[in-house]
Amino acid sequence: MTNVIVNVALKQEILDPQGRAIVGALGRLGLSGVADVRQGKQFVLNIDGEIDSAKLAQIHEIASTLLSNPVIEDFTVEVQG
Amino acid sequence: MSPRVGVITFPGSLDDKDAVRAVRLAGGESVSLWHAEADLHSVDAVVLPGGFSYGDYLRCGAIAKFAPVMEKLVDAANGGLPVLGICNGFQVLTESHLLPGALTRNDHLHFICRDQKLRIENNSSMWTADFEIGQEILIPLKNGEGGYVADEKTLDQLEGEGLVIARYLELNPNGSRRDIAGITNARGNVVGIMPHPEHAVENLTGPTTDGLGFFTSLLTSLVNNGKVSA
Repeated sequence: MTNVIVNVALKQEILDPQGRAIVGALGRLGLSGVADVRQGKQFVLNIDGEIDSAKLAQIHEIASTLLSNPVIEDFTVEVQG
Repeated sequence: MSPRVGVITFPGSLDDKDAVRAVRLAGGESVSLWHAEADLHSVDAVVLPGGFSYGDYLRCGAIAKFAPVMEKLVDAANGGLPVLGICNGFQVLTESHLLPGALTRNDHLHFICRDQKLRIENNSSMWTADFEIGQEILIPLKNGEGGYVADEKTLDQLEGEGLVIARYLELNPNGSRRDIAGITNARGNVVGIMPHPEHAVENLTGPTTDGLGFFTSLLTSLVNNGKVSA
């Protein structure tokens, strides 16, 4: 089994109102100096067997079509282990 | 023969029945289309209704774009088939890249439900032909992720080519860039709008009947294009 981690985040120029709400909460909890929070998503794909380059290419394709919307989001793919 | 207008139902669609009703009140014949069937049944136009397709899991409209019926719809829309996406349908259209930009979480984070005033900005699309430019209309709006965003270049292009079909008036309810409530593609056959014209087609249930104009516009456009007889 191999874990492949896909991280998806809103592009920097896209407003993240959820992140902004978290900044407010952090201030109330006494954590000062937080200028910005960006909230993202993480997908952990637990995959049988080895990850070869064909499979990795397939995962990149899925990450750019299903898991993220490239108009507003960026993603990274990381093979664990 | 009245034009046949397909209304697609996805699991989680809410407003398909209202869309069907709006099509009929405008004088069209409605045809129910099912997400899992890769067949448009030779309809003359398609409405993608509001709701929460596939639960809006992942992102609004993201899973719906891979539905079997959507592959046919994307090809047909690129070939000129008139398509109207309302709310979740608008999200499906941007996710499918039939329209530019994306719909994001309302800037104030709250779900909003109100009667919304709009100004019609374009009456050359197939779904807005019966309106006057500058006409003010009032139709319901209900969304949690209705903030229209696109990069500055795309926004400038939309404005420059007159592809913004409607703008929010008096109050921008969701943080949409440049108060954009709806857009069309360059050909004018594909239109996406966040507020709900299909909920404003009868005095008994809607704040106005202003929404009917989108559906009668389609019939006018089909007749003018010689697709159906008057």
